[in-house]
Amino acid sequence: MNINNLNELAKKIRRLSVTMAYNTNTSHTGGALSIADILVVLYSGVMNISPEITEDPNRDRFVLSKGHCCASLYSVLALKGFFEVEQMMKGYGRDGSQFFTHVSHKLNGIELSTGSLGHGLSVSAGMALGAKSQNISYNVYCLVGDGELDEGSNWEAIMFAAHHKLDNLCLIVDKNKIQALGNTKDVLSLDPLDDKFKAFQWNVISIDGHNFESIINAFEKFKNTTEKPTVIICSTIKGKGVSYMENSLKWHYSAPNEELFNQALEELK
Amino acid sequence: MRTAFINQLIIEARKSDKIFLLVGDLGYNVVEPFAREFPNRFMNAGIAEQNMAGVAAGLAMSGFNVYTYSIGNFPTLRCIEQIRNDIAYHHANVKIVAVGGGYAYSDLGATHHATEALGMMRTIPNIVISSPSDPIEARALTTFSSNYDGPMYIQLGKAGEKIIHNKNLSLHLGDIISYKVSSQTEAIIVTGSIASAIVSSVRTEKTDVYTLPFIKPINKAQISMIANQYDDITIIEENQKSCGAGSAVIEQLSDLYRSGEVKRYPRVHRIAIDDFFQDVSGSQQFLRKRSGLL
Repeated sequence: MNINNLNELAKKIRRLSVTMAYNTNTSHTGGALSIADILVVLYSGVMNISPEITEDPNRDRFVLSKGHCCASLYSVLALKGFFEVEQMMKGYGRDGSQFFTHVSHKLNGIELSTGSLGHGLSVSAGMALGAKSQNISYNVYCLVGDGELDEGSNWEAIMFAAHHKLDNLCLIVDKNKIQALGNTKDVLSLDPLDDKFKAFQWNVISIDGHNFESIINAFEKFKNTTEKPTVIICSTIKGKGVSYMENSLKWHYSAPNEELFNQALEELK
Repeated sequence: MRTAFINQLIIEARKSDKIFLLVGDLGYNVVEPFAREFPNRFMNAGIAEQNMAGVAAGLAMSGFNVYTYSIGNFPTLRCIEQIRNDIAYHHANVKIVAVGGGYAYSDLGATHHATEALGMMRTIPNIVISSPSDPIEARALTTFSSNYDGPMYIQLGKAGEKIIHNKNLSLHLGDIISYKVSSQTEAIIVTGSIASAIVSSVRTEKTDVYTLPFIKPINKAQISMIANQYDDITIIEENQKSCGAGSAVIEQLSDLYRSGEVKRYPRVHRIAIDDFFQDVSGSQQFLRKRSGLL
């Protein structure tokens, strides 16, 4: 994977995500921007997935559990040819379209519709168990938000995956440190998150979620790990790439006006 | 009923290697024969029903026909959003099996009374809702479920229910079963394990009797025929009246009357639990009588 290419692709994804938010006056842009770099790496060779094999039983699966941040996933899929960019730009959040503003399995390449938090990891564990039970070697990648880990269902799944040694399951935590009404440390303390996962018998990798080399290496380590599920705790910046959105709660709810939209596009060139 | 279910599921699992049974740490002295024969298609998910339902969806998306099994409200109400979003919305091939419908876990108290699950599950799109009236219906519904590709809820009784049918049944989606028909002017439609108590009571001496293994869907032609035939129809169940089997029949009749398929609207009487929790202990029979069901 060429780092410059990844960087250019990530910028495109961020531009498309911000544009969709601006066009439709929709929210959740901050969280979409924090996961863009991770998604770019996943879909640039880490995962065995392409538009031609979305029904192949051997394909790798990706589950976006923080479904409200789907703009960047849609953008990756569009740029990788799962559907047309134009179709996405015209459809996102519009009447009669299947480009819901929370991720939708009605679209090619999407495994699971989510929106209510705390669902993706259990389903992913079921998919991983399904592979093991049928002696198929695909991997399952599930991306959750750090705030999402408040949901108790995640911890049921975390116990389950470790107990059944689902080493084909990779959980990615987008640790952008902000949730719907404030900083995660002020709402419900998560830290030390790495120690929590270690205590639950997971393989724990902590990285900078915006450093492409680190992300690539983390997925390599996951693929070389046996007997344990892997969690990659990605320290990220909510709103990454747009200065006025970075580390700001506001962009969980707001869409930029024309001036700020143009500024965002300028910064993402 | 639970033994009839598991024995039939074992028979179906011998025919299909896609059947997978997940249990929520319940099923002592019931599920072991399945676990012994199919260790690679059996798993105790622990006391974690939300995860069990999600895992079931994921397994189904990987090609399995998955059964989740627990008691009371645990496999339903405890994880109803996982059932709605992960299973029903995705049309995942998952069968949700609850043992102990109605007041079966009588003296355990209201926490264990599965008296709302049928109604709550019924409102979720894409799910077939079923409620066998005896072990023969339980077997027939298990066979049906093993061949049905999609979400389905099976609300079983518990153990020791009397067999009311005198021969094995083969069910099609939505079937209503004629139990005792001799051209009376009144009919009783009953669902669930309360059926054996109803068919042996004086209440049914001068009525025709039907059982209702499917609450959703209900065969339109059959229910229209019944509506056109009787002056009085009584629907009996061990669920809350609100949104239960009686409600399902009335809704169907109302729509069919509006569309003209039902020519005359019979007097319909619903016997069900009338919007309250049982606040005393007692046997299932005691609680049924206390609720006015018997």
